[in-house]
Amino acid sequence: MRSRRYILRHVLHAVATLFFVLTFNFVLFRAVGDPVKLLTRSSVHLDPQEQAALREEFGIDDPLPVQFVNYLGDTLRGEFGYSFISGRPVTTSISEKVWPTILLVGTALILSTVFGVLIGIKGAWRRGSTFDTTSLLGSLTLYSMPEGWLGMILLITFAGTLGWFPAGGYESTDELTGFAHVLDVAKHLFLPCLTLTLGYIGEYAIIMRSSLLEVMGEDFVQTARAKGVRDKEVRRRHAVPNALLPTFTLAFYSIGFILGGAVIIEEVFSWPGLGQLTYAAIEANDYPVIQAVFLLSSAAVILFNLIADISYGYLDPRVRE
Amino acid sequence: MTGMIETPRQADATTVGLEAPAPPAPRDPRKIKWARRRRAFAGFWRVFRQSRMGMVGLVMLGVFILVALMAPLFVGQADLGVSDPPGAPFQPPSLEFPLGTDDFGRSVLDLVIWGSRISLLVGFAATVMTMVVGAAVGISSAYYGGRTDSVLNAFTNWFLVIPWIPLAIVLASILGQSLFNTILVIGLTSWAGTARLVRADTLSVKQRPYVERARALGASNWHLVTRHILPNVMPVIFANTVLTVALSILAETTLALLGLGDPLSISWGIIIFDAFDAGALSAGLWWWLIPPGVCICLVTLAFTMCGYAIDEVLNPRIRER
Amino acid sequence: MSVLNVRDLRVTYRTKAGDVPAVRGVDLHIDRGEVLGLAGESGCGKSTIAGAILRLHSAATAIEGSIELDDQDVLSLKPGRLRAVRWTGASIIFQGALHAMNPVRRIGDQVVEAITVHKLAGEREARVRTAELLQQVGLPARRIDDYPHELSGGQKQRVMIAMALACNPSLVIADEPTTALDVMVQAQVLRLMKQLQNELGLAMLFITHDLSVLVEVADRIAIMYAGLIVEEGPAEDVFHAPEHPYTEALAGAFPEIGDARFRHRPAGLGGDPPDPQRIPSGCPFHPRCGVAIEACPSLDVELWAAGEGRRAACIHVAGAPELSGTTS
Repeated sequence: MRSRRYILRHVLHAVATLFFVLTFNFVLFRAVGDPVKLLTRSSVHLDPQEQAALREEFGIDDPLPVQFVNYLGDTLRGEFGYSFISGRPVTTSISEKVWPTILLVGTALILSTVFGVLIGIKGAWRRGSTFDTTSLLGSLTLYSMPEGWLGMILLITFAGTLGWFPAGGYESTDELTGFAHVLDVAKHLFLPCLTLTLGYIGEYAIIMRSSLLEVMGEDFVQTARAKGVRDKEVRRRHAVPNALLPTFTLAFYSIGFILGGAVIIEEVFSWPGLGQLTYAAIEANDYPVIQAVFLLSSAAVILFNLIADISYGYLDPRVRE
Repeated sequence: MTGMIETPRQADATTVGLEAPAPPAPRDPRKIKWARRRRAFAGFWRVFRQSRMGMVGLVMLGVFILVALMAPLFVGQADLGVSDPPGAPFQPPSLEFPLGTDDFGRSVLDLVIWGSRISLLVGFAATVMTMVVGAAVGISSAYYGGRTDSVLNAFTNWFLVIPWIPLAIVLASILGQSLFNTILVIGLTSWAGTARLVRADTLSVKQRPYVERARALGASNWHLVTRHILPNVMPVIFANTVLTVALSILAETTLALLGLGDPLSISWGIIIFDAFDAGALSAGLWWWLIPPGVCICLVTLAFTMCGYAIDEVLNPRIRER
Repeated sequence: MSVLNVRDLRVTYRTKAGDVPAVRGVDLHIDRGEVLGLAGESGCGKSTIAGAILRLHSAATAIEGSIELDDQDVLSLKPGRLRAVRWTGASIIFQGALHAMNPVRRIGDQVVEAITVHKLAGEREARVRTAELLQQVGLPARRIDDYPHELSGGQKQRVMIAMALACNPSLVIADEPTTALDVMVQAQVLRLMKQLQNELGLAMLFITHDLSVLVEVADRIAIMYAGLIVEEGPAEDVFHAPEHPYTEALAGAFPEIGDARFRHRPAGLGGDPPDPQRIPSGCPFHPRCGVAIEACPSLDVELWAAGEGRRAACIHVAGAPELSGTTS
């Protein structure tokens, strides 16, 4: 009973947030002066006739509330307009490029969380050991690196100088099928995924480590040891489950950052995903694409946060009330 | 009065004797205040000194800040100009140009030294904005409570949900690319994290007995906030400030790499972007790409290490025994 | 029959700031069915002793002396044997039950864990036993599946007591079990503990800073100061007729209604407990002592006989050796 109210509360909150994001997007682009001026700031030159046509299409001369309703309707129908660069519907471009990004970001998210947590646990349990000091220093260093730059360095070293990996792209030009194809994509995926993983593994390791250190100082860990439970079991059954709580939320909440990091990394490695699309859109001030990406990434983050909040209720009995 | 609603405690055997020493002759309250602050700082410094991580970070910071301040002594405007560059373009490191040259023929070493100024400046300026806005919102929200808190807190959480890079892209594309806008964008996307932290801390400080006592004595809101709440929230704000500088510098780099930086200024991030844009990746011009990234990494590392050391000083629980 | 026999226990914490001698040579003895109270201010080392008996301290802590639990030398036990002895030989009721239990696991599971870890029963049997234990401490058996945060402070402490009894230990160590509770709940829990101790014939080491509690619960009391025992004897005698000036001050801090001594105001003790790294020379209490004499700072104190079954570490005590030379 209580849980249902908890879930409902969070779903409503997510929907409300999404609504505010939509409004924000609208206000920013429409109410901030003449959108057509914004559009013509890019390299696209329009004569008065074309400008009038654009005004008509964007409904700029309609009163604001009407524009807003139209905008909501369009957005919910998935109509984001047409890209300036390609002239194609934004929705089409996005649907073409979404899978590579999901592959890249998804793999990196899983790898960085799993390994980050494991490293953090080992570091905290063996505080002060060589492993701990090294992993802490390594985590701090990785955390301090701009990930785009890290990608460049890895590319130059491993694809350039050493030639172990392809220099970019999603797959080679040979028409491969079946397992050979999978292997080929994996080879292309390796470096960009490694970059993204390294960029975030440090943060997770550090958070997990400090979280576990704090939990280890709690009385109930002493109680478990006093009961005669083995050290390994104390760690597994008592310390880690409690320490995982903040790390768990962090992992989901940082999806926004990982998505952002993907933009540069896809560009560096010529990975044909949404990041590459966004990068090109920035260069050309392709507003329809920029807007769509903003909305979609916000929606993705809101969704992930919702999943995190709801699942957290299952992990921590204290918040279910 | 505090204590009335608490259950009576049994007198602890450590009750101080009934004869209190006679109070010392009255001194200038301002002198007392400064003496107390000096002592507090000396105490803080004594513990901070023990942290190897903090001291290394502090030294590294000192070096970079020194370089940034003294840069005009080593690098003249002529060296940075593109019209009459000192060397041939794309040269690898040599005796004359220890870090080689860029696509115009400028010494990369000169660029990196000069770049420290903008990178650090943006880092500090954006942090100031983040801390001022974040602290103001956080304290107001927690202190006034009620409707104000609901509104401000919802606003803060909403800002936290939006992924910062897409938001930065949107803002930058509307506002245009300049140094000031870069600082503005970083500030606008970072204040919410600080606000949340400060709000949580203010809520706990607000509960403390001396605040309730001061209010019972008739203190005004302004007095309570500036004399009681703010000084006790300062430690959290301070630790957060140092870490925010690190994040701001990384954020500036990210914006630069996306092509959203100010094309007219020279920061480490912009140097890397220029290199990337000029094809340094495929040409393998490592001397151009590596140094600015290493600098970013070291400075961020330095701020982060100091930030963690400060956190350890202010939060004795996580210190190593 | 001796359940706990501690001889010359010394516990020193090794920290970055140097060695901290928390316990500096303590002897304790508890027989079957006996309750020994251990009292003292914060930082005197009493909780350290509790941890030392089950060897819960970190590897960086140096423990010397001998601790015999049920005639087994605890300090020389191998890890496997040590884990077997924990909770079955002696169990601990920790202070501040607020966080003494895992917040994300049900209380029933945590008590069952104590039983199954020692392979005393299977899961199902252990749950039955847990339900019995809960009823024994005055909680309805259906609360076995509650989470710690669903219980009040007093209820949580009862669960801790139930947990402590789960493996039928010879000795129960209660480390400030009632300090974090409201006065009314404190009385309830104390009554429960006394009742259980009686019924089950448990030996108990009751650690607290609150001397008045010990008078009701303990058979004998030992007073600790600066890592040493400074007085011990039968509970009533120690409280009402203290021999050591520190005990007198400690007892004086807990006024009894009707006792003429406290009619005017509660007495206090000036100064603070000594920093373990800067313990005063000779008798560690001399800086705060109202009856200290010239010889005290250079005195080699030990526990001298002070009456029937009583000992105190003060020069003024009946059994203390005569001083040569003048006294002031």
